[in-house]
Amino acid sequence: MALRILSLVLLIAIWQVAAMLAASRVLPEPGAVVAVMLREAHSGALFFNLGITLARVIVSFGLAMVFGTLFGIAMGRNETFDRLGDPWLVVLLNLPALVIIVLAYIWMGLTDAAAILAVALNKLPNATVVIREGARSLDAGLEEMASVFAMPWSTRVKHVLLPQLAPYIAAATRTGLSIVWKIVLVVELLGRSNGVGFEIGTAFQLFDISLLLAYALPFVGIMLAIEAFIVQPFEHHVSRWRPKAA
Amino acid sequence: MSLAGGQRQLDIKITRKAFRTASGELREVLRDFSLVLDAGKIHALVGPSGYGKTTLLRIIIGLDRDFEGQVSLPPDTKIGMVFQEPRLLPWRNVRDNLRLVAPEAAEADLSRIAADLGIGEHLNYFPGELSLGLARRVALARAFAVEPNLLVLDEPFVSLDRPLAMRLGDELVTLVERKKLTTLLVTHDLDEAIRLADHIMLLGGRPAKIIADFNISCPRATMTAEHAAELKAEIGAIMAGASA
Ligand SMILES: Nc1ncnc2c1ncn2[C@@H]1O[C@H](COP(=O)(O)OP(=O)(O)OP(=O)(O)O)[C@@H](O)[C@H]1O
Ligand SMILES: [Mg+2]
Repeated sequence: MALRILSLVLLIAIWQVAAMLAASRVLPEPGAVVAVMLREAHSGALFFNLGITLARVIVSFGLAMVFGTLFGIAMGRNETFDRLGDPWLVVLLNLPALVIIVLAYIWMGLTDAAAILAVALNKLPNATVVIREGARSLDAGLEEMASVFAMPWSTRVKHVLLPQLAPYIAAATRTGLSIVWKIVLVVELLGRSNGVGFEIGTAFQLFDISLLLAYALPFVGIMLAIEAFIVQPFEHHVSRWRPKAA
Repeated sequence: MSLAGGQRQLDIKITRKAFRTASGELREVLRDFSLVLDAGKIHALVGPSGYGKTTLLRIIIGLDRDFEGQVSLPPDTKIGMVFQEPRLLPWRNVRDNLRLVAPEAAEADLSRIAADLGIGEHLNYFPGELSLGLARRVALARAFAVEPNLLVLDEPFVSLDRPLAMRLGDELVTLVERKKLTTLLVTHDLDEAIRLADHIMLLGGRPAKIIADFNISCPRATMTAEHAAELKAEIGAIMAGASA
């Protein structure tokens, strides 16, 4: 931990020195960025834009994970679904994110629905593939046990199915979150009038690097915090039953 | 009509059960096989490895429907099954493994079953932290916990040391006698079969059938060592004859 902090301090120090040497508008000093951050925070714009971007990340990520899990289970367990769905997956996996975003905006208008759908569609095939892998490796013996003991449907999902899929869900979450938030910024840049992506677009037009960093850095911080305080504890929780090496 | 009432017997008729092997040929495991389970009795099925014992159990408990024949369990049948492997949920501790199959059972009943089988101290352990012998006992406890009226056990006492296997066998008998459970026990240990069962059925031949069926007339409690030895010699002779 101490080493990590040291490395972070070092990074900021290098930034400071580089900014002083460059003495240019395109590389502001850390202090200047913090000042802009405080200004934006004071007006409330920072929190509003961070909040709205975060909401888009959560909704589109949630949609992608829910449908990815459902499709993944269906395809992993049923040959016919797998054959039917596989070509779609291949198409979606290979369609550039930008194409999906532009098509969504053209077909559905510059709306939040289009933005969220575009992001979710970008993440969906990846989530489906990961969960399908998990569904293929389900333990048939446990399923038979559950059926012989006449476990109700809800018990089977919660205590037999999901614990087996949990490592795959965690893996999809890990890669998924970082993909999703990056795409959300692009979507906002292209077709929304608020959010971190939109503010970054504005900063780009004004050539205002302080503003750009004042929005980008806190958002990166939030995503790192989600990873550290939600995703990792979740992973830890679902694997707590695994015997630990002494 | 219910099994627990002790009136009903269970008829199992399997005209043919075959597996298609990976190389594409058909391998018959059971043919013209029939079996009657009397209510409230312990039936031991004894046979060599690979002769279709597990296959038969899977058909009886409804996991394998790909066969010709008929197995009709009464609709109120509640199965308590001990698989050949423990098949516990690794991500739930022992208590939850019992609780999940018996959500309505009283906590005290679960604790008592666990104590009877000697796993009372291990209720908070996860299956990965148990020895195979302990895991087998949990599997046994789970089958008891559901308060079944049909108890099916696939070699439940292998890998346990002799005194423990004897003790657990006694627990099984106590439970079956108290609840009048119809029980089918697969084993390859003849002594165990003689000690526990009311009926012993010998499986042999390919495809497998029942080659001999013994009714142990003398009650378990009065079984003497001499009588057991006589029985064993008699059954052993039949088995030797069958495999010759
Ligand atoms: N899924 C399967 N596909 C093909 N053959 C199978 C399959 N399951 C079992 N068999 C064959 O059926 C026969 C009986 O198997 P089964 O598992 O019922 O034996 P068993 O009597 O329980 O043996 P053991 O005492 O070793 O457990 C074996 O010859 C086995 O190879
Ligand atoms: Mg077997």
